[in-house]
Amino acid sequence: MEIRHFFSLRKVRAEAAFKRTLLITSIVMIVIALGIFLTLLVHSMPSIKALGLKYLWGKTWDPVSNIYGGLPFLLGTLLTSFLALIISVPFSYAIAIYLGEYKTTGWLSGFLKNIVELVAAVPSVIYGFWALVVLVPIVRTIETKFGVAPYGVGIFTASLVLAIMIIPYAASLGRELIRLTPSALKEGAYSLGATRYEVLKNITLPYTKSGLFAGLLLSLGRALGETMAVTMVIGNSNMLPANIFAPSNTMASVIANEFTEADRTVYLSALIELGLLLFLVTVVINIIGKAVIKRFTNE
Amino acid sequence: MSCNNPDTTKTGGSENDNTLIGAGSTFVYPLFSKQFAEYNKQTGLKVNYQSIGSGGGIQQLMHKTVDFGDSDAPLNDEQTQQMGAPVLHIPMCSGAVVISYNLPGLKDTLKLTPDVIANIFLGKVKAWNDAQIAAVNAGVQLPSTPIVVAHRSDGSGTTNIFTTYLSKVSPQWNTSPGKGSSINWPIGLGGKGNEGVAGLVKQTPGAIGYVELAYAIQNKMAFAKVQNKAGNFITPSVASTSAASNIQLPEDSKVSLTNTDAADGYPISGFTWALVYKEQKYDNRSQGRATNLLKLLWWNIHDGQKFCEALNYAPLSSSAVTVAEKILHSATYDGKQILQ
Repeated sequence: MEIRHFFSLRKVRAEAAFKRTLLITSIVMIVIALGIFLTLLVHSMPSIKALGLKYLWGKTWDPVSNIYGGLPFLLGTLLTSFLALIISVPFSYAIAIYLGEYKTTGWLSGFLKNIVELVAAVPSVIYGFWALVVLVPIVRTIETKFGVAPYGVGIFTASLVLAIMIIPYAASLGRELIRLTPSALKEGAYSLGATRYEVLKNITLPYTKSGLFAGLLLSLGRALGETMAVTMVIGNSNMLPANIFAPSNTMASVIANEFTEADRTVYLSALIELGLLLFLVTVVINIIGKAVIKRFTNE
Repeated sequence: MSCNNPDTTKTGGSENDNTLIGAGSTFVYPLFSKQFAEYNKQTGLKVNYQSIGSGGGIQQLMHKTVDFGDSDAPLNDEQTQQMGAPVLHIPMCSGAVVISYNLPGLKDTLKLTPDVIANIFLGKVKAWNDAQIAAVNAGVQLPSTPIVVAHRSDGSGTTNIFTTYLSKVSPQWNTSPGKGSSINWPIGLGGKGNEGVAGLVKQTPGAIGYVELAYAIQNKMAFAKVQNKAGNFITPSVASTSAASNIQLPEDSKVSLTNTDAADGYPISGFTWALVYKEQKYDNRSQGRATNLLKLLWWNIHDGQKFCEALNYAPLSSSAVTVAEKILHSATYDGKQILQ
């Protein structure tokens, strides 16, 4: 009796300690996220005070005359990220469906799955380098055919390399979710004479659509913040882009380019404000995404 | 780093007076590495130099976490004010910025005048067979290829030297976009670092861009002869860059060497300066540490100069060494001159 009581007390204590650890870890995450936001905000103050809201729609980024407008970079970030998302969707969903529904086992499935995971693990500077050496000349040839200035670097090239980088996120999540579709539902449909495609269209995809959408959000988040690979191939021009082949710049790449040599308070602060803007854009896109997922699930 | 204990002393990020810490310009890093390694062999003094960029070096010196900074541009007014105490600029060596181009099939070396360079980078000269380029390159078969301008996308001393030059030779450039380590380029593509610009130039037929002399030589890039103030077309080289600093220099050495008066000097060049506080007694620094620092810099501008050429840096001219000596003599510890 004594001993049993002792043991159960220990178990209860361990249980409580475990719960506490989980709670503390979660709180630490919240504190870090808030801390980042506050740090960005505080260090942006000189720029916010000096430039106000003009910062958001200003088209000129001129460190020499201390004029900073973030619009070209905001546009550059959104254009490259969404274009990359559009390019990547057919590939990531095709991979997810093939691995989740058609070829769930076997060496080919395992091989493909590993390759997709490998693609996610390659450092971004390697993508940048590869894009510079391989993609840029290809895009230049395409541009020559279209009759636009054959720079090779620009929004389109950056989007292409981004698309490749973000495919694994939506693909891996999609594959896992498709495999989780209850087999009772699928078997029921098969027993009613549905073909594989019909099961996919009417059972699996409706069942997993909120998860598939979440995969897109994950991909988009990755694309918004990607720095190195984009910096290497986007052309780093501070002007508003005229078309999708034009050189441009993203918020992340401007920060990476100019931070080390920003030698005046307002300049440095304007760069940090770009970071704040990027942070807010990510938050807003996530909130919208969550709302969309909720609507999907409630249907 | 705690300064509370007077026995262990020392700020400057190092507890040991035989280890000095510096930070700043990436441009000078290969030279410093070589010089400091040699100095270590001779004296046993260690120097830890972090090449975090000129702006970063200035910040570190401002926070007194390093013994010296190194910058490719002198402190601006805001930085001078933030330092709170006088900072000495000691020229370490000079470097040139060359104008590299990609014109397949062109055998001759291109000649460029200040006006033509400014007009190309302003976007006013759009094709290689433009009359302005042809006028200074008589007899050279120029293609009708459109010009693609490549510039640095990262803030850099190289950009600062190049745009300072353009501001001096072109009133229009001086009004806008002006000079600085990053500017609002009217046209062109940005590449990150020398290698980024070099990549754009090498890959794009018709491209023109500016890179450091050392980088262009090591990578065997084609670069133009530039007309200097005296009217001579000068091939950029270690010798012509050194020649550019062989002029009457101001006492504080804070001068841009661009558009030099020297008749045999290449016009697009500049110093890189080591930065130290004039009064070395601050934050419990020992006199020994201050003396070690000053001796190191003294060695750099004398014996250390022989390592410049092999690394394609331009050694200081005799007039630059004279000015640098005077500046080092002006450094004090508790009001007393450190180097006798």
